[in-house]
Amino acid sequence: MFTGFDFDVIERSLPYLFREGMTFTLTLTALAMSGGIVFGTLLAMMRLSSYRLLNVPAAAYVNLMRSVPLVLVIFWFYFLVPYIGAWAIGAKEPIQVGAFWSSVITFTLFEAAYYAEIMRAGIQSVPRGQVSAGQALGLNYWQHMGYIVLPQAFRNMLPVLLTQTIILFQDTSLVYVLSITDFLGAAAKIAQRDGRLVEMYMFVAVVYFIISFSLSLLVKQLQQRLAIIR
Amino acid sequence: MIEFRNVSKWYGAFQVLKDCTTKVEKGEVIVVCGPSGSGKSTLIKCVNGLEPFQQGEVIVNDQSVGAKETDLPRLRSRIGMVFQHFELFPHMSVTDNLNLAQVKVLGRSKEEATAKSLALLTRVGMESHAHKYPGQLSGGQQQRVAIARGLAMDPIAMLFDEPTSALDPEMINEVLDVMVGLAHDGMTMMCVSHEMGFARKVANRVIFMDRGEIVEDAPTEDFFGKPRSERAQQFLSKILHH
Repeated sequence: MFTGFDFDVIERSLPYLFREGMTFTLTLTALAMSGGIVFGTLLAMMRLSSYRLLNVPAAAYVNLMRSVPLVLVIFWFYFLVPYIGAWAIGAKEPIQVGAFWSSVITFTLFEAAYYAEIMRAGIQSVPRGQVSAGQALGLNYWQHMGYIVLPQAFRNMLPVLLTQTIILFQDTSLVYVLSITDFLGAAAKIAQRDGRLVEMYMFVAVVYFIISFSLSLLVKQLQQRLAIIR
Repeated sequence: MIEFRNVSKWYGAFQVLKDCTTKVEKGEVIVVCGPSGSGKSTLIKCVNGLEPFQQGEVIVNDQSVGAKETDLPRLRSRIGMVFQHFELFPHMSVTDNLNLAQVKVLGRSKEEATAKSLALLTRVGMESHAHKYPGQLSGGQQQRVAIARGLAMDPIAMLFDEPTSALDPEMINEVLDVMVGLAHDGMTMMCVSHEMGFARKVANRVIFMDRGEIVEDAPTEDFFGKPRSERAQQFLSKILHH
């Protein structure tokens, strides 16, 4: 079945694929995940606030981000952020953000909208009485959020948060539109240079599968370790 | 120490509290009873501002609870509260449940807080469970921990919101025993409860509520001996029947 294929191309290009490509993919995933969860949690808290000044902008942001295709957001930010940045600091020339930071910012802001919805559900899953108990002890808003509500919300939502992160990990491949060399981009380059499209794309699929699948196994384990005894 | 002055509260068009006026002196034990939906829980939640109200005033230690300038978290930290469903923090050990507010609100050191927590856990007979998580305890045990958690803040008064209603019958007494102990030690207490035995034993006064009104506010002997209102008589005959 595989006669005529050349799988050696994979072995030859492994250092390039992983050192250049995978490093970028994982870095972007990790940065966008941390930034996205932090910003998303803040968005969720804003959205659940009773102040219209907080909940309306947060809801608008989340709904806007979730109704625009990611590729479009990547483009928009890549071309717009230099000008917005220049306008914000009053510079004449567009500031140089670079493809890397542009993609980090884009993915963080985009994923934050999804993480926000997850954390909103998480915060709402914590019984109302827990909040009352925290308040009755004299904890202020940030304290009862930080010590009581968010730790429980986070634990309850851990599987969903990590599932979203796996999606993020796969979505990072879209940075090819900025001609950044991520794992898929690196493989595509080799594939075209050596004319080994089928081999390389098969290999890429296998690697994505292994990583995504092990992550979901990790989710299960973490979930058991962090589960709240009820 | 705690004073209600003409407190009224509405949920939309529905009035839950109607012009409630009463007073709790230092060291007094008050039991609030009445049919469900009569506003008992709402009334005691006004004391620490967990339930906002639209009219009237609640004065705790010379501070008006509803006033803008009142530091509500600070006021709340001085009033212990025990809930029907315990509301221990499930992701923390028993000791950490007691330590949290001591450290974060009162600014005690961790050692100081832990020493206090262990002393209080001993008082409620839970010292051997200090390292456990709430989910590993029975309802009665959880409620005793919850009482200790309130006491850890050195409160000037304790509020109890149906502390035994969610418990299996065989666990009610272990919680009531702790409450009786507290009452004998002179703690100011306001308890929403249907435990009439408890009320008879330690309450100075009984407040009977119906449809958002304080119908009867009488010394314990008078309330059980000769309730003035017909509604209180009916209520008592229903729950003391067996």
